[in-house]
Amino acid sequence: MDIFVTILEQGLIYGILALGVYITYKILDFPDLTVDGSFPLGAAVTATMITNGVNPYLTIPVSFLAGVAAGVCTGLIHVKCKVRDLLSGIIMMTALWTINLRLAGTANVPIFGDDNIFDNDLVNKVFSGSLASYKALIIVLVIAAVSKIVLDLYLKTKSGLLLRAVGDNANLVTSLAKDQGNVKILGLAIANGLVALAGCVFCQEQRVFEISSGTGAIVIGLASVIIGTSLFKNIRFFNATAAVLIGSVIYKACVAAALKFFEPQDMKLITAVLFLIILVIGMDRKKKVKKNA
Amino acid sequence: MLELKNIRKYYNPGTVNEMCLFENFNLTADKGDFVSVIGSNGSGKTSMLNILCGSIPVEDGQILMNGEDISRLKEYKRNRKIGRVYQNPAMGTCPSMTILENMSLADNKGNFYGLGKGINKGRRAYYQELLSRLNLGLESKMDVKVGALSGGQRQAMALLMSTLTPIDFLILDEHTAALDPKTAELIMELTDRIVKEKNLTTIMVTHNLRYAVEYGNRLLMMHQGKVVLDIAGTEKQEMKVDDILGKFNEISIECGN
Repeated sequence: MDIFVTILEQGLIYGILALGVYITYKILDFPDLTVDGSFPLGAAVTATMITNGVNPYLTIPVSFLAGVAAGVCTGLIHVKCKVRDLLSGIIMMTALWTINLRLAGTANVPIFGDDNIFDNDLVNKVFSGSLASYKALIIVLVIAAVSKIVLDLYLKTKSGLLLRAVGDNANLVTSLAKDQGNVKILGLAIANGLVALAGCVFCQEQRVFEISSGTGAIVIGLASVIIGTSLFKNIRFFNATAAVLIGSVIYKACVAAALKFFEPQDMKLITAVLFLIILVIGMDRKKKVKKNA
Repeated sequence: MLELKNIRKYYNPGTVNEMCLFENFNLTADKGDFVSVIGSNGSGKTSMLNILCGSIPVEDGQILMNGEDISRLKEYKRNRKIGRVYQNPAMGTCPSMTILENMSLADNKGNFYGLGKGINKGRRAYYQELLSRLNLGLESKMDVKVGALSGGQRQAMALLMSTLTPIDFLILDEHTAALDPKTAELIMELTDRIVKEKNLTTIMVTHNLRYAVEYGNRLLMMHQGKVVLDIAGTEKQEMKVDDILGKFNEISIECGN
């Protein structure tokens, strides 16, 4: 039973990250590697705030904004300096490593003793007795659900429609008298905001900040998006964002199952092989050659 | 009114492949003009449209829109007053979005794209009414993704979308070239109707000589970056396809091919 709770918990936390990756990869058609830096950025900001005694609930909006700032930087590098999309992300990912280290002070910051969103007087009072063991899961579920619903609502606004248009046919955005560069920056900002939010929740669930927690985050995000969108593309009941969240849980379950048979140090190899299998099965590896045709 | 004044345009400047396209190129399209532009490949028709819209830079010269110099204005800002339809039907629509979403996007052109509702349900009937005039059955496919439509249907939508909001100028870049003859005919009739209804200043590049003769009140023939024929009014009305073909051949013989 415990293992299922852990898979769901972790799956949903990485699901928030996958929502961000969904925006860049599926909507903007922008392979954004900033994610590997903005995920620990959210964690670094959170660890720093919590060790300094700030109210843990404040870490959520602040981490989101920190991610937004990182996304804006990637966007500016890409749009204003005209650097290729992949390289812009790599530049920011590299830069963020130092920024995260500087923010947190060291590569490893434990926050066991402090209050956090999973462990404070208020939640301990609400989740007492039999609910206590599902406390973290319920809190993660609420945060993931709110993120999903707000993102869904946003994508239905005028600004959201324009965001979807820029990845689909950037030329049309120019025809609508809007600067496509600004729309891309906006998309990257929201995406990395969500990724940093996932980092914030992850850090508090693990009760520790780890500089290396972001390594491979993009792979987890992409795998979740591809699993979700290819599995549920014909099921109307789940829209894309719900599919992405479920995809993330499925991915975590696959990794957990694989770890039953292998050692923890095989983790990255398992991840890589799993990702390859997902890409092949999902048929998502084909580059859109004739994008407008 | 649209004006090009003393335009100088080089391709690959500063390299061995340097090629001069326009040297002191001038063109004025008066308000309400419907100008058809014909000419062989490489004569500068599309380059002229790209210069007008700001898609490519020029070495020298002025571009005036209603008397205002827009030479330094970015492409997307110029598009506030310009609607443009391309040869490729996919350029004017978003394939992964529905007809309703596409129409809603286009309907908001010139306004702020904020956090208001993207789709105004009250406008649905209005869009359907516009689409029903096309006689393509699109009005019953409001929730179908545009990517599932045929080229002709998409081009009709692109034309409708580019002229949905108040604009002054319509730029048509061989917009019937990728369509079958029957659909092309339909799109041309639709174009003519919209241009007349909204009194748009229109520049249409076409390879179809019949359309060039039949539609519009002015006809330009371009050759190697120059306007070699510019007729309007009754002279244009009396023009026949054969006359233009003759003129075309004349130019080709002069150039020795």
